[in-house]
Amino acid sequence: MTSFPNDLRYTHDHEWLRAAGSAWRVGITQFAVDQLGDITLVDLPKEGDLVTKGQRFGTIESVKSVSDLYAPVSGKVTAVNGSLKDSPEQVNSEPYGAGWMIELEPTEQSELSELMPPDAYAQHVAAQ
Amino acid sequence: MERKRTPLWQAHKQLGARLIDFGGWDMPVAYPAGTIKEHRAVREAVGLFDVSHMGEAVLRGPRVREAVERLTTNAVASAPAGKAVYTLLCRPDGGVVDDCIFYKRSDEEFFVIVNASNTAKDLDWFRDHTHSLCEIDDVSDRTALVAVQGPKAVELVDRLAGGDLAGLPSFGFTEAVVAGVECMAARTGYTGEDGFELACAADEAMALWTALIDNLPPGGLPIGLGARDTLRLESRLPLYGNDLDDDHTPLEAGLGWAVKLDREFIGAQALRDQKQRGLTRQLAGFTIAEDARAIARHGYAVVDRSLGTGEAAVIGTVTSGGPGICVGGSIGLAYVPVARAKPGTALTIDCRGKDTPATVVAGKFYKRTQP
Repeated sequence: MTSFPNDLRYTHDHEWLRAAGSAWRVGITQFAVDQLGDITLVDLPKEGDLVTKGQRFGTIESVKSVSDLYAPVSGKVTAVNGSLKDSPEQVNSEPYGAGWMIELEPTEQSELSELMPPDAYAQHVAAQ
Repeated sequence: MERKRTPLWQAHKQLGARLIDFGGWDMPVAYPAGTIKEHRAVREAVGLFDVSHMGEAVLRGPRVREAVERLTTNAVASAPAGKAVYTLLCRPDGGVVDDCIFYKRSDEEFFVIVNASNTAKDLDWFRDHTHSLCEIDDVSDRTALVAVQGPKAVELVDRLAGGDLAGLPSFGFTEAVVAGVECMAARTGYTGEDGFELACAADEAMALWTALIDNLPPGGLPIGLGARDTLRLESRLPLYGNDLDDDHTPLEAGLGWAVKLDREFIGAQALRDQKQRGLTRQLAGFTIAEDARAIARHGYAVVDRSLGTGEAAVIGTVTSGGPGICVGGSIGLAYVPVARAKPGTALTIDCRGKDTPATVVAGKFYKRTQP
């Protein structure tokens, strides 16, 4: 069974969040990466864009399929991983590191409490 | 429902493949190397494919040539023994039942390999349209099929066959013993590369596969269905269910070279009529530039916004699309009006709400440099 890093919080849509100062860094989990296969394109919002929890903030294309990225919490985009434009394969090789996608400054702090700790997310994955 | 397994399923598990449901079969979509590396391995070295899910049948009898003549658009019945022929099976209206390869063993026996998802339909089609002219033996369950493809494929197979196979011409086939396993070895494939497809008894498939894996040269890999699809698309080989179906004829699909209209076969009259009237739509290859950052996939609409109404007219449909792993950008096929199918024509494809510019190109996206 895949284990998931302890310092992260997770969503049902297989995204992770890591506290980065007052912002939260967002990426997709190893489980999501395994399902997608080789990733060829990642389309992300711009710095300063506002996103709403549950709404599409970007898309990710793998060789075989295209998927939406949903905002894990509402907030303002404070950083974007521009290196994914030329090297989307970093999402495959380092989903929790160089393959991060955006940083968000949450506007609704209460939404953070709905994120899952690693053990709850592992159960969610096991049930898939 | 329990997915069907090929005789090599255990090997895929051990190799760490990701298995998916493919038409009811539990098949490897990619091994740990991933689709992109697997794709390049076939272009640069050699790849092994388990395609045992495909259907196989033997048609035999004193009048089998008459039966095959009726079923096939290409000149299959009259081919010399030892020759494999790509052909379409057409309905009376010219729509495509399937595309497949017939192998002529003699004037009284043909072997045929059909698409996995069409096996039952095709076997019924054969039985319904040969009027007892021949015996039809479905050997799908007891036949395994392994494809070995890439610039190093011929050397690999030839060595395991004791040096008997390198001289086999393209689309030739022969009985051969490969790594101790009796095979039907054909110089065919679905990747645009040189290589072989090896059919053998299901219970001997593991011995053949293991010998091939153990003897893979540097750079060689097992290849999943993901790369099988990107390879065939780059070489512009059609996929039934995407680019070919009941509603389109082989002429519209650009497969006129596999349709010999001076013969009588099911659908011949409809195709002659269509050719005389002229085509209205055609399967066009298109490329999307790297900087457009988009992939046009199966089912996306080709649109025309020049009508001035503000509404986009849908003028065509993408049938296949994916990244051009060895050619850059992305590539695809779409049925469009004939006037829009000329090389150089600019198309607009609605990629999930984003108008994406594409350019029609002629011929294969990728063409190998070696003969």
